Amino acid sequence: MKELVVISGKGGTGKTTLTGAFAELAEDAVLADCDVDASDLHLLLKPRVRRREVFRSGRVAQIRTADCTGCGLCHDYCRFDAVIPPAAPQPSPDVAGAYAIDPIGCEGCGVCVRFCPAQAIDFPERESGLWFVSDTRAGPMVHARLNVAAENSGKLVSLVREQARRLAEATGRERIIIDGPPGIGCPVIAAITGATFVLAVAEPTRSGRHDLERVLGLAQHFAIPAGICINKFDLHPGLAGEMTHEWAERGVPTLGQVPYSAVVTHAQVAGESLLQSQPTAEVTERIVSIWQRVAARLDGAAQAQPEPGAEVRP
Amino acid sequence: MPDASTARGAAPAASGAGATPVKPRRDWRIAVASGKGGTGKTTVAVNLALSSRGPVQLLDCDVEAPNARLFLSLTDVRRNAVTIPIPEVDQTRCTACGQCGEICAYNAIVAMGAPPIVFPRLCHGCGGCMRICPRHAIREVPREIGAVAVAGNGHLRFVEGELTIGEAMAPPVIRAVWSELAPGTPAIIDAPPGTTCPTIEAVRGSDVVALVTEPTPFGLHDLELAVAMVRALGLPHGVIVNRMGIGDDRIQRYCEREGVAVLAEIADDRSIAEAYARGIPLVTAQPQYAARFHELRARLEELAAQGTQHAQGGAGGDGCDAQEVS
Amino acid sequence: MKVAITSRGLDPQDPVDPRFGRATVFVVFDTETGEHTPLENSGGMDAAHGAGIQAARRVQEAGVSAVVTGHCGPNAFRALSAAGIDVIVGAQGTVAETFARYQAGDLQPVAAPDVEGHGL
Repeated sequence: MKELVVISGKGGTGKTTLTGAFAELAEDAVLADCDVDASDLHLLLKPRVRRREVFRSGRVAQIRTADCTGCGLCHDYCRFDAVIPPAAPQPSPDVAGAYAIDPIGCEGCGVCVRFCPAQAIDFPERESGLWFVSDTRAGPMVHARLNVAAENSGKLVSLVREQARRLAEATGRERIIIDGPPGIGCPVIAAITGATFVLAVAEPTRSGRHDLERVLGLAQHFAIPAGICINKFDLHPGLAGEMTHEWAERGVPTLGQVPYSAVVTHAQVAGESLLQSQPTAEVTERIVSIWQRVAARLDGAAQAQPEPGAEVRP
Repeated sequence: MPDASTARGAAPAASGAGATPVKPRRDWRIAVASGKGGTGKTTVAVNLALSSRGPVQLLDCDVEAPNARLFLSLTDVRRNAVTIPIPEVDQTRCTACGQCGEICAYNAIVAMGAPPIVFPRLCHGCGGCMRICPRHAIREVPREIGAVAVAGNGHLRFVEGELTIGEAMAPPVIRAVWSELAPGTPAIIDAPPGTTCPTIEAVRGSDVVALVTEPTPFGLHDLELAVAMVRALGLPHGVIVNRMGIGDDRIQRYCEREGVAVLAEIADDRSIAEAYARGIPLVTAQPQYAARFHELRARLEELAAQGTQHAQGGAGGDGCDAQEVS
Repeated sequence: MKVAITSRGLDPQDPVDPRFGRATVFVVFDTETGEHTPLENSGGMDAAHGAGIQAARRVQEAGVSAVVTGHCGPNAFRALSAAGIDVIVGAQGTVAETFARYQAGDLQPVAAPDVEGHGL
């Protein structure tokens, strides 16, 4: 099974647009939207949801107001500013002095729960989001959505990948194309560990170069073969060239460059597939060539990797 | 329902007799956020700060990828490590009872034998193991997870947080940035994109949130998530539509339906993108924008002032009287 | 003594699960009697972080002296070693075949984790 992950140090580089195009071009892939904080791939592929599940992660403290004695120990102990002291003055003696937990600030450490002298704090599992298995015109897709203020530990990302792998096994498909999360933290790590190939999408800007450095550093740390796609390269062709050259020397080839183009946005706004509505546009043709190079690298990298279960330590 | 923002120490909402007075106008804290990255959040934050006609501070809370400094020339950079407290076990006192491992919600300390072993990168610094140890055998020691830099640029005071690569915990670094907030000076906060923990931590203490988006399906979808976030936090907010012209009017129609103010529209302009690519702030490359950003700031401060007079914040019913910037 | 083998399923004919921390299940064999029982890995599968550590606790609580799996990352390795549990990696094939190799003395413990962890 071959897993391609498309990532970018920051959002808004065109990562999801590219992934959507690759999904259509691949024809035999399972899709996984691992950008669970702000997932957009479904807007391009318009999935028909077949399965919907609740994602639970961690716990959240809840004070039973009636049992709270107002001692304030929870407030003293909480390291995350998640305990709300009673506002003064109290209108009603029944709720005088009751503390409350701010579920948005609560990190689920359980300290207040354990130490409350009145044992007045419950600690249920937290419903942190939803995940889905759907059909799309480009193939079956697993996607998810984290709730506002949920902890983005990468656990939901791992779950989406695992479900995508099971779906690939069940449907006899060999490739999984993953729309990765932005950044370099746990969600990205969860998206790339064990992947076959990483494509980093970057813009030729000072901040884009800075972010590319961080995100490719991650891929190299996990010893995953990588390639680059530079989007809107014509905004600063000089910098695009520098980035290409610099990374080629470090073993990461640039597999294509895409110009700044209104065509892509028009297709997105119209709710149309770029490939179907603008097959002859320059940007479309470039994306098709990039896919061909990425697919070749993906297959090549898959062959170079050892069989699962074998020793992998170099 | 308790106002979530009071847990953080933001200006408390007025509520009935003995209401807190409206915050003085000199001190507003404006956060700039977006549901997704790449909408122009840093551009807005940097240019709001640079177009200020008086002292101002800019807090870069996008600690995984702090980019604001690339647009500023800074002097007198002072850098301090950000640490979180992790457990250290005194082996001579430990009896391997295992209670530390049981209370830990993060697998950061486990009693596999004596003494317990600590996995520093998993530790959230909650203090639970230290408190539960019946032998008082655990003390807390600082572990560095990032840094905060403070610097100057004329009347601009700049604070930046950076999370060390490989570390998972952004919120403590973001709290450290906020701890450098100088009282009495207005502040612009560049928040991380998204709606999860780090973004919440960055915007919680602010008086108003500017949500930057673009007029496309992705922009609208992610704006909806961001609006849900600021509503959950009870924070006044307004929308800035960047790259007007690349899409359609779906953002404005959404804002009208939802009663959210559109505070500004910035035209899609290739020259803006090129200046950005070269690290040149917009108000430097095109000085006529300075007046527009100054007006945008005034509108945000108006929203902040209105917000402290209403329990729930939220935008006033201005509808979508957008201000063309180009 | 007891040895735990990571498995994709409850049956010894099931394939070895190459992962330790998020292994589907452990099959625990008694080396003297050859009998086996399944051991759930609920902690490991549910953990946001530190799955390997949870899994190590699980097998320790079950009185296991050695673990046989495909790969073992640094956190799990450190936890297992602290508990004095041997770690054997590189297992392939079915759980039953792997146990047979273990009994024959063909599998040796390693002195270090064989893969990178997942970042923490």
